[in-house]
Amino acid sequence: MTERPVGGGSPGQLAAGELAAGELAGASVGGAFPVSEAGAFGAAKRRPRLRGGVGLASALPGLPQLLAGRVASGGYALFLWLALLALVAVRWERVVAAPTGPLDHQLALLTLVGVLAVAWSWAVRDARKGPEPLPLSRSQWGLASRAFRKNRTAVAALLAIVSLYLVALLTPFLAPFDPAFQGDLVTTRLQAPSGAHPLGTDQFARDVFSRILYGSRVSLSIGLIAVSISITIGTLLGAVAGFIGGAVDSVIMRFVDMVISFPRLILLITIIALFEPSIFLIVAVLGLTQWPQVTRIVRGEVLSLREREFVQAGKALGFSRPRIILRHVIPNVLAPVIVAATLGIGDTIVLEAGLSFLGMGVQPPTASWGTIVADGRNNLLGAWWISTFSGLAIVFTVVSFNLAGDGLRDALDPRQRS
Amino acid sequence: MGSYLVRRLFGAVPLVLGIATIVFFVLNLAPGDPVSIYTSPTVSPEALEQMRRNMGLDQPVHVRYVRWMGSMIQGDFGVSFSRSQPVLDVVRQILPNTLVLSFAAITLAFLGGILIGIFQAVRQNSGVDSVLSVVALFFYSMPSFWLALMLILIFSLVARNVWGWPIWFPASGMTSVEYSFLSSGEQFRDRLMHLVLPATSLALVLAAGIARYTRGSMLEVIRQDYVRTARAKGLPERTVIFKHALRNALIPVVTLLGLYLPFLFSGTVFIETVFAWPGMGKLVVDAIFARDYPVVMAGAFIFAVMVVIGNLVADVLYSVIDPRIRYD
Repeated sequence: MTERPVGGGSPGQLAAGELAAGELAGASVGGAFPVSEAGAFGAAKRRPRLRGGVGLASALPGLPQLLAGRVASGGYALFLWLALLALVAVRWERVVAAPTGPLDHQLALLTLVGVLAVAWSWAVRDARKGPEPLPLSRSQWGLASRAFRKNRTAVAALLAIVSLYLVALLTPFLAPFDPAFQGDLVTTRLQAPSGAHPLGTDQFARDVFSRILYGSRVSLSIGLIAVSISITIGTLLGAVAGFIGGAVDSVIMRFVDMVISFPRLILLITIIALFEPSIFLIVAVLGLTQWPQVTRIVRGEVLSLREREFVQAGKALGFSRPRIILRHVIPNVLAPVIVAATLGIGDTIVLEAGLSFLGMGVQPPTASWGTIVADGRNNLLGAWWISTFSGLAIVFTVVSFNLAGDGLRDALDPRQRS
Repeated sequence: MGSYLVRRLFGAVPLVLGIATIVFFVLNLAPGDPVSIYTSPTVSPEALEQMRRNMGLDQPVHVRYVRWMGSMIQGDFGVSFSRSQPVLDVVRQILPNTLVLSFAAITLAFLGGILIGIFQAVRQNSGVDSVLSVVALFFYSMPSFWLALMLILIFSLVARNVWGWPIWFPASGMTSVEYSFLSSGEQFRDRLMHLVLPATSLALVLAAGIARYTRGSMLEVIRQDYVRTARAKGLPERTVIFKHALRNALIPVVTLLGLYLPFLFSGTVFIETVFAWPGMGKLVVDAIFARDYPVVMAGAFIFAVMVVIGNLVADVLYSVIDPRIRYD
């Protein structure tokens, strides 16, 4: 589940004026895709007037925006607001006890308050702004963000990913049971889904729904951290190989060839089996074996960037090599890297699940999606819910990442933009 | 063409040796003493020393490396620690099982994937097209081991025990218990039945990707002038699609063969474990847990060689399908 052709999304042809802003492009990455709506493309299209305005927005943030037809941003803000308030009402004791509780409870409380605050302040400020022409960003990232927001499937997938990470952070409040809590082994073992246990119980009478929620924390964070490691290494090495060329380039790229033609899973299980399996080892090994793909993509891009005027200008101005690579070359190869990273997180989650399934990943009793699937394996017919629902969680997550990645590729590839 | 092949083969040699080197050092520099696994703690130090000497583990790493490389070039992978049998014999028994599974899977995947891709491209933007795209995306995103479990659940367990279907597929192994008592026709059928679920679960994930790729490639080709010309001169639609469009659309699809091979072999590790299929993937996994270094090294090496060969085959096929490509 590792090797996949990542088609060349490239920032290829850009207007000359934008290239001069190479340093700016890097700075705007973080805020490139705000979760806001407005399908306005083209000249100054006016914002629809909001009914109810600030008053309604401060009571039910998102509702005025939703009524004005901005389904994604308004609807999502309203959904977050209502769902989180309902969560506070249902789990009041846990929320109140959180400040003195364990770290994950404190984090969950922080997330809860933070998301509510962001949703509310966004909605109120947005409602106060009133009808005025939207600012039209002509930068590479502005164009890409607008193209992305026109793609409804991709926006939905991105919102699903945000929700998944919120669920992972809020798990201590959401989960009905402790993931390791064993009920009465005689009477509540291997129970089919019911009101008390929405997704049933496993062979140790643990609640499968709670275990899947807690498993999301492990699976999602492993995916994110491992991919962060691999794109950092991959981008740096790729940029160095492409920019410097010569012997450095051939050494790096021969090594990349070697690692890529090696079935990654075999390498992974070989390394993992030699040490004590632990979450840190998994993250490190997953991160340290994925970068060659990124290196290949980045090097290809850098080879064409190297000859461009803005890099020549940097050289002529006497900038140091690291400065040119870090501030002029890398920001311009970020588009394909972001696509590769999004698709890579999905792959990594599947791979982690597979390793845990083989018993070489996250060790029991810690819940991860792969170990839950493995738990259900011996009781497939009698207790189908254990493997089925945990696997569906993986599928849902990976589908979201793949859809978002495809959307990003379409949005970031100027050759496809009309 | 011939000289190109030779050149590629020679180019692959350092690659393969490099891979073997990495595997050797990862295994030998890692902590863990293989000897202690096969003995009880009460064994005397002299006996342990003797065992180390028998396994060749008393030598320093670089000596073992040179020796290992030397004998490996001659096709000798040493003796398996856990099976007390030459690794080559073990591999010789087991490799065909994996090849059968992989060939069945890859054939199914390419046939199914290409047909679905053509179908989708011909009916672009229809309801069927979007439904198939969504279905393909789901299979593409599935962990193969989970898909395998679900297929077992539905087509083996529930089909037999709950729905009482006349046909259900066995969930594990390559043959039934009573295999040796069957007539040769029944033996073939028995093997085929055992192959269905593992091959399908491997193939479905691959086919989804191939269908996606074929669809895109076909859509590009169908817009070309020579396809319009073929239609304009009154050729039947079937000829236009399968002869004029498909052959050109397949060119990029063939490269997938090389790209998907590592993926396929990773898949066999899971599928063989789930289905208790006695193949290379299961062998390597078992050997890792048993710290059976020679088997792990041989297994990793063979997987790498198969990937290199697969890439070579893909490149050769590329030139067969597209006569414009000349290698000189």
